[in-house]
Amino acid sequence: MKIIELKETITASNDRDAEQLRQELRKKGTLLINLMASPGAGKTTLLERTINDLSSQMNIAVLEADVDSSVDAERVAKAGARAIQVHTGGMCHMDAGMTRNGLEEMGYEGIDLAVLENVGNLICPAEFDTGAGKKVMILSTPEGDDTPLKYPLMFRESDVLIISKTDVMQFFDFSIEKCVERAKKLNPNIIFFPLSSKTGEGFDEWEKWLKDAVKEWKNN
Amino acid sequence: MHEMGIVLHLAKTLDQTAADEKIIKIGRVTLQVGEVSGIMTDLFCDCWNYFKVRHPVLSDSTLQIETMPAVTFCDNCKKEYGTVEHGRQCPFCGSYETWLITGNQCVIKEIEAMTEDDVAQSDKTE
Repeated sequence: MKIIELKETITASNDRDAEQLRQELRKKGTLLINLMASPGAGKTTLLERTINDLSSQMNIAVLEADVDSSVDAERVAKAGARAIQVHTGGMCHMDAGMTRNGLEEMGYEGIDLAVLENVGNLICPAEFDTGAGKKVMILSTPEGDDTPLKYPLMFRESDVLIISKTDVMQFFDFSIEKCVERAKKLNPNIIFFPLSSKTGEGFDEWEKWLKDAVKEWKNN
Repeated sequence: MHEMGIVLHLAKTLDQTAADEKIIKIGRVTLQVGEVSGIMTDLFCDCWNYFKVRHPVLSDSTLQIETMPAVTFCDNCKKEYGTVEHGRQCPFCGSYETWLITGNQCVIKEIEAMTEDDVAQSDKTE
């Protein structure tokens, strides 16, 4: 036996798969967004409203990743997006290979915006590159404005922080200022959108960012 | 349970290395895992033992894990300190303007391997 020095990160194979998928998506003009949040933060509700508002302007597809069931895929399909349900079979996150399989199974020709709704979890999904062009996380106000202190990696990795359920903020002593200050300490470049999927407050800014991101992805 | 996912990738990375380097069998696999990488090493080894038998090249392999210390740097007083003991706040000056220098890595340092050439050579000597 001989010793071979590798000095390679353990997830190197995933990083390579992710980079390759990202390049293919770039060529096809499909922006893939990795949407991450805790269970119940409002990922699917955010998507329903966003799809309702934007489906006349762009082709949207959603990859719903859950441990089990297909309730989420049915909801976003009803809202007007092409949708597929992916079962992770117990695993707490999606990786690049699973994302590719889901996308190819569903078909994404002509899709401008594909959203991977990751498994509800603030820890593991942050550690795996899925091949997405942008990472968006949701923090709902009932979860508390101290969440960035407890799950720092998610905030460090995300391009966008959506603060959802602002309509019930007053009942949970949630401070947007404190939350943003804590998030910015971890990630000075993070962009944030406080909004309510119920009332629609804050959606104009979020959807403008989304439309610009799709345009930018196609132009580069 | 992200250990399972990481083990899957480790197996895939090593399978690829084996194919590239014409390796027939992999013996000891040495990993360097940071103190704050979030990997539970005993759970990780359990997952490895479950998966390795499904990969012919890896079936006899053993995992050796070197734990790497986590060190944080303070931008305010320019000192370094142990992350696990003190967390985000600098124990010297109380500042929160700190960042992790090392300790969240998860690296395959080296592997012990038997290649096709090794087998051919030992055949010659016999």
